[in-house]
Amino acid sequence: MNTNQICRAVMVLALSTSLTAVAEEKAVTDSERIEQYREMISDGNPAEFDEMRGEELWKTPGGPKNASLEKCDLGKGKGVVKGAYAEMPRYFKDTKKVQDLESRLLTCMTTLQGIPEEQITAKPFASTNKESDISSLTTYVVGQSKGMKMKVSTKHPKVKEAYEIGKRIFNYRAGPYDFACSTCHATSGVRIRMQDLPNMRSSKKDAQTAYTGWPAYRVSQGLTRSFQWRLNDCFRQQRFPEPKYASEATIALTTFLAVNANGAEYVGPGLKR
Amino acid sequence: MGKPMKIRASVKEGMTEVKILMQHEMETGLRKDADGALIPAWFITEVKAEYQGRVVLDAQFGQSISKNPYLMFSFKGGSAGEKVKISWVDNKGDSRSDEVTISA
Amino acid sequence: MSKEIDLGRRKALSTGGIGLLALFGGASLLRPGAALAEWNKPAFTSKAVDEALSSLGAANPEENSTLIRLTVPEIAENGSVVPVGISSSLPNVEQIAIMVDKNPNVLAAVFNIPAGTAAEVTTRVKMGKTAHVVALVKADGKYYRTSKEVKVTAGGCGG
Repeated sequence: MNTNQICRAVMVLALSTSLTAVAEEKAVTDSERIEQYREMISDGNPAEFDEMRGEELWKTPGGPKNASLEKCDLGKGKGVVKGAYAEMPRYFKDTKKVQDLESRLLTCMTTLQGIPEEQITAKPFASTNKESDISSLTTYVVGQSKGMKMKVSTKHPKVKEAYEIGKRIFNYRAGPYDFACSTCHATSGVRIRMQDLPNMRSSKKDAQTAYTGWPAYRVSQGLTRSFQWRLNDCFRQQRFPEPKYASEATIALTTFLAVNANGAEYVGPGLKR
Repeated sequence: MGKPMKIRASVKEGMTEVKILMQHEMETGLRKDADGALIPAWFITEVKAEYQGRVVLDAQFGQSISKNPYLMFSFKGGSAGEKVKISWVDNKGDSRSDEVTISA
Repeated sequence: MSKEIDLGRRKALSTGGIGLLALFGGASLLRPGAALAEWNKPAFTSKAVDEALSSLGAANPEENSTLIRLTVPEIAENGSVVPVGISSSLPNVEQIAIMVDKNPNVLAAVFNIPAGTAAEVTTRVKMGKTAHVVALVKADGKYYRTSKEVKVTAGGCGG
């Protein structure tokens, strides 16, 4: 059995046993212990190094056009980074698209800096041996929304549409295991191994907590991971084909999840197991 | 030269608390890469904290310290505006020193 | 953290800079560890707690869980980062060490505590599996130890 088969087996087991009172009581205690562990490691997040790297990349001229990203408009005006992430995804007039942070950075890097899109999307995620510029930039930008309330507007019909598409993707069952996001994330009181699973369909609080802690530094990988990476990992676990980086589908799903997190304080970049 | 650290130092009731986050792989020398070859050990062996030319903490690390090491300690004295200097060396002879200003 | 913290890079002392090395005429002057004791190789390559204790000159330390406070989580969600805090109410603490009894090399760190520095350190260690974290404290020339078990869980899929 590989990790994911185990994960799936354990989850099914957890689903079936969580009905008994004993199992529930045990789960609560272990959840508290895990909460204690998370609290103990919350200070000193190595994601700060990625924020530092991203800030430098933002301000340093680069690409064929030798331009910095300081003229990049993340929705609050050219060069405004503060609070931008808390209002994304949003509709952008220049591209006539709803964009999440990563797709918007892609737009800025291609238009302002002249970097070919394929060059960026070929390896958009960091690995142990190679850092990723777009990923570090993402970490920097999200850090500038820390402590702010999530406020993604659905006024624009295109955003509203993206939200509805995202909702359908969340509930769409497919793949060899007939899985959907909702298979794991639409029931309260279930877990995978020791991790409680957020009920992102009907618990506002769960939906908020799950969204506002990403992007995050993954201690098990020693890398800071972006939201696109996180979604890809979900699709991988569902045995779906890996989505195209910054694709419309991932942006739609992000819109659904971000809007559901509205009102919560953004606390990322987070620190995860 | 090693990558920069993040250091925070603040003084409260006569004690200066120092929190350090270092950037380092901290390879144990026991892990294998994708081809099955051992990844050589690479880790910080010594960390030193100095305040006004005086060593206020001197640590030796082994392979079991986590990647991107975190360290917190406190010493008597220190006032806002003064500096604390942190230095490390690793088993390959690489090193790094950074300074931080103590805040109130 | 990001607000209060100094961006270390901007204040970096160019320890490794070639120009500076040439200016001062040698690496030894600038090597931060130059004034420190030699890295205790026998202790750091010890495969068992008793062996590490001998290498540290700390054979048969007194077991004492009241004078040493060892703070570890009961469960670590991931073994690659396990927070460990050690403090002691003993007077004249000179040294604090951390060991993980089931790690391939058991000794994780040794802290030399000069006079004026609090007998309290916090760091993070790697743990290959569920094991005991051992805290060793040297005070007034005498060694004390205590230990606690940390359960290391296999990570889940999400989070």
